[in-house]
Amino acid sequence: MIWNEPMECMSRDQMYDLQSRRLRNLVTRVYHNVEFYRKKMQILGLEPGDINTVDDLVKLPFTTKQDLRDNYPFGLFATPKSEVVRVHASSGTTGKSTVVAYTRKDIDIFSEVVARALSCSGVTRNDTIQISFGYGLFTGGLGIHYGAEKLGAAVVPASGGNTAKQITLLQDFGSTVLACTPSYAAYLAEAITEAGINAEDLPLRIGVFGAEPWSQEMKVKIENGLKIKAYDIYGLSEIIGPGVANNCDCQNGLHIAEDHFIPEIIDPVTFNQLAPGVTGELVFTTVTKEAMPLLRYRTRDLSSLDYDPCGCGRTNVRMAKIFGRSDDMLIIRGVNVFPSQVESVLLEIPEAKPHYMLIVDRKGTMDTLEIQVEIDEKFFSDEIVQLNNIRNKIKHKVESVLGISVIISLMEHKTIQRSEGKAQRVIDKRKI
Amino acid sequence: MVIKQLSVFLQNEQGRLEEVTDILYKHNINISALSISETADYGVLRMVVSDIDKAAAALHEEDFSVKISEVICLETPDLPGELHKSLKVLSGAGINLSYMYGYSNGGTARLILKVSDPAKAIQLLK
Repeated sequence: MIWNEPMECMSRDQMYDLQSRRLRNLVTRVYHNVEFYRKKMQILGLEPGDINTVDDLVKLPFTTKQDLRDNYPFGLFATPKSEVVRVHASSGTTGKSTVVAYTRKDIDIFSEVVARALSCSGVTRNDTIQISFGYGLFTGGLGIHYGAEKLGAAVVPASGGNTAKQITLLQDFGSTVLACTPSYAAYLAEAITEAGINAEDLPLRIGVFGAEPWSQEMKVKIENGLKIKAYDIYGLSEIIGPGVANNCDCQNGLHIAEDHFIPEIIDPVTFNQLAPGVTGELVFTTVTKEAMPLLRYRTRDLSSLDYDPCGCGRTNVRMAKIFGRSDDMLIIRGVNVFPSQVESVLLEIPEAKPHYMLIVDRKGTMDTLEIQVEIDEKFFSDEIVQLNNIRNKIKHKVESVLGISVIISLMEHKTIQRSEGKAQRVIDKRKI
Repeated sequence: MVIKQLSVFLQNEQGRLEEVTDILYKHNINISALSISETADYGVLRMVVSDIDKAAAALHEEDFSVKISEVICLETPDLPGELHKSLKVLSGAGINLSYMYGYSNGGTARLILKVSDPAKAIQLLK
């Protein structure tokens, strides 16, 4: 079902006009209300009247996570604090956390885009949705919660962790939809099997997963493990939280709620805007948000845009599934390496489990990449030759994809830590 | 005779072997033969134990990767050339040997052999 047909199916011309109108309004608002943006625009010699259409976006300054940190906690508010009804903060995996704020209208927008995203995944008011994203400062739990209520589904606010309880809830409440991170979904699938439960017997039918990059192979693995159809929900707290984009049944990219968030793809080095279809860094301008609107926020997520019509009927632009993050990218011996590449390879090898850890180190002047991989119990052999064959097979496949030599360490199963939130996959020991 | 051997995957980590022997001790399982093959990052522990099913279940319960495989146990006089004779029979029949371990005591040597065709090997060595 399409939740908001007028907004999700309008012509490209109408969308251009709507975005341009909203952009003009936004630029006027931030120029007058946010000192940070006024100063940035003044340095560039820009006045609000210089921005008329979406084509003028390129004239505007970028916003980075560091800008949010520099203005911690409330420096970028565009409304008086009395208008704010909620604050969230990002998980802050690196450095100080970043704070975001919402007015009542912002919460309405948030709920609206999540309702669209869930509808896009096939969720209806007849569903029971178990929300296993963390509730709290993280936008995942509460964000999906409000959107699911707006949609009219029955919400089970399970929050993250406590896997035994999650399984009991799935069984006893008959949840038909699961919303959590993909790594937790994979973990839950394992735990369900171990508990001797047949996933076929659960009423679960849809998974809405996001908050970390995951590969197509991982998606297949989760779908088979939980006997569901998995959808990718995209978002980040700086823009609003989950619901910025979501894939539809055509599973060919994620439709962006672009009447609220105008996307661009830029080259992360030259900052030039890139053409549709070209992979680069995803940038958003939030044209409707009141409390903390952002101009050209650099997400660090790598994707591309597709404006072609989609089989589902929506005309909203689609972003390609996130390939990786420009800041998750490891540079090893001069070669760009993304953890997601390793994950894709491992999922193709039945002897390896998709649980891995990348350990980057420097021996002398040489960078080394060790990949710790759990081998599937079923393939354990009493013969070293067989085990070495498995290791060499993994090594060969990984090396052919990454283009650098790696050290593969076979690990006992269940020794690599399972994550109940965002998975930590990389340890970089290099002291540079 | 064809016997069952229990193998355990051990990642190279201090105290890991001790955890195995502790579990076996707690389940009152006796080890009658044992060998470890090691590589830089992991090892394979191979054992002949008093109750293999119980041992496998106990180790599996503690998240060890285990495997039960068939090996042959060969008893020969503890004299020069005896092992050589047996191996010659096996290689003459095209049976591959993956690994072996054993000991001799009191005039008899007992050897555990992992071969490509245990049943045939036993026939040949009778």
